[in-house]
Amino acid sequence: MSAAASPEPQDAVVAVKQETPFARFVSEYCESPVAVVSFIAVVLIVGVALLAPWISPQNPYDLAQLDIMDGRLAPGATSMDGMVFWLGTDDQGRDMLSGIMYGLRISLGVGVGSAAIACVIGTALGLIAAFAGGKVDTSLMRLVDLQLSFPAILVALMILAILGKGVMNVMLALVIVEWARFARTARSAALVEARREYMEAAQCLALPKWRLVFRHMLPNCMPPIIVIGTILVARAITLEATLSFLGLGVPITEPSLGLLIANGYQYMLSGKYWISFYPGIALLVTIMAINLVGDQLRDVLNPRLKR
Amino acid sequence: MTTWMLRRLIQAVFVMLAMTVIVFIGVNVIGDPVEILISPEADQAERARAVIALGLDKPLWEQYWRFLLGAVQGDLGRSFVFNEPALKLIAQRMPATLELALTAVLMSVVIGIPLGLYAGLKPDSIGGRLVMGASILGFSLPSFWIGLMLIMVFAVQLGWLPSTGRGQTAELFGVQWSFLTRDGLAHMAMPAFNLALGNIALVLRLTRAGVRENLPMDYVKFARAKGLSPNRVVFVHVLKNILIPIVTVVGLEIGGLIAFAVVTESVFAWPGMGKLIIDSINVLDRPVIVAYLMMIVVLFIVINLLVDLLYTVLDPRVRLETRE
Repeated sequence: MSAAASPEPQDAVVAVKQETPFARFVSEYCESPVAVVSFIAVVLIVGVALLAPWISPQNPYDLAQLDIMDGRLAPGATSMDGMVFWLGTDDQGRDMLSGIMYGLRISLGVGVGSAAIACVIGTALGLIAAFAGGKVDTSLMRLVDLQLSFPAILVALMILAILGKGVMNVMLALVIVEWARFARTARSAALVEARREYMEAAQCLALPKWRLVFRHMLPNCMPPIIVIGTILVARAITLEATLSFLGLGVPITEPSLGLLIANGYQYMLSGKYWISFYPGIALLVTIMAINLVGDQLRDVLNPRLKR
Repeated sequence: MTTWMLRRLIQAVFVMLAMTVIVFIGVNVIGDPVEILISPEADQAERARAVIALGLDKPLWEQYWRFLLGAVQGDLGRSFVFNEPALKLIAQRMPATLELALTAVLMSVVIGIPLGLYAGLKPDSIGGRLVMGASILGFSLPSFWIGLMLIMVFAVQLGWLPSTGRGQTAELFGVQWSFLTRDGLAHMAMPAFNLALGNIALVLRLTRAGVRENLPMDYVKFARAKGLSPNRVVFVHVLKNILIPIVTVVGLEIGGLIAFAVVTESVFAWPGMGKLIIDSINVLDRPVIVAYLMMIVVLFIVINLLVDLLYTVLDPRVRLETRE
């Protein structure tokens, strides 16, 4: 952001008024303490997910480190070689804390990755629909309407039933489920922007069409796309967890949070709650934090709600 | 109106046809049932015989054509695993899913509307805010996890409710239903509530928004000025006006509930269609997968069509627009 360097204080009074858009955005965002806490939580969660190999007590994928004798230990128990399992162990003697950290990596990776791909595809198609209008617009939006009339879980189920299980197929399913929402959002934003004067000016300069759309229109369409993007990341993570819970998602060797929960399900009835409970809490906190950040972003970025 | 309906119907048929192509070709091109169904010890001749018996040696378009002809006659193939007609398998499991979904609809209306009215009439009270906060949870929490927590609390810790299965069933119209027996109702309580949660939150929020929108309107002021009791104003006048969007959404969501029952049924081991499809995907029982997907697609298209029609009946403004 070059904007951060721009306010040269020629005059102290003016400088206060001429705060950069980014600084204004930050101060408005920080008006809600809940949103600040959520943002910190998201940063921490992403940090844990990225740094998992270095900060986790154990590598849950390394079978040499596991001991089946440590299976299903309660939280706080100590292993054969003196390690403390703060959140207990699962049936194969994996430390749940490490499992959750690695699981977060996969859950976040799949969620953010698929949302990002869906965002690029959906936004591009939405902008094209808005800019081209006519037949292209109607047929694209028909497709979007049609797809959105089926619930996400069903579309994902259909794709996984056809393609089979696996991480790539889950991501593909998530992209197919989500692109339509991005396309609809981008289109409605673009339709508003297309009537603005700067677009007329750019058209008068006889700029090429792709430049008009992607260089001039796109940056101004970003706020609603960012908002829907955050919420869709949370939804993607939820859906991935659900699919993995059903046994249609990631492979058992590298479990995401949803699969960790599914693994503990059978032991819950015998009172061994922690195998399912703690991954569930991790999933919950992640989803709630991302949603709350998204909510606050919507309040700040939506000009209609401005006082 | 008639031309609009006709166009809508033709559109629905085309969507259905497109879906059959996607589903059939998708399921049949990817994944090889021969690998799964025939034992590895089988020799070449046995394999070939099995392939012919299953009709897998024909070209794809011919398989599709036979599938389509069969589908029109209500024959969607036989399950590889159960060796029974796929449609029959699904039909057997359908009542369980339907009663679960309809109970969930009932719950979402019975719980959602009163809570929404309360939150709309007293938006600044602690109770109103609590209700709204809880509704966000209802939306965003993964439903399978809530189901697990319900089991943990009410089945494992408290021991009040049974955690899995349908319980005792009773017969009505030649079909077994859980809601007719006490035991069945106890078995249904948790899964139905779990399935309903998202919809309770949705109905609640719609009701609240409707109340907030309608309260400042002239007709409410007029009704009050007329000296009607506050209860009558809310429950007769306001409620009537906010019911249109709620009816539409609840109607549209029935399909969603049936689809989402997949998750709830897996959590509570409820023997419905959803559990069947998950099991079938795991063993690649293609006829059942295809039959289930076709059923759901048809169901959805019919529901969307009905809701569209209902909408024009309920809301005259929509009718005027379509007439242009």
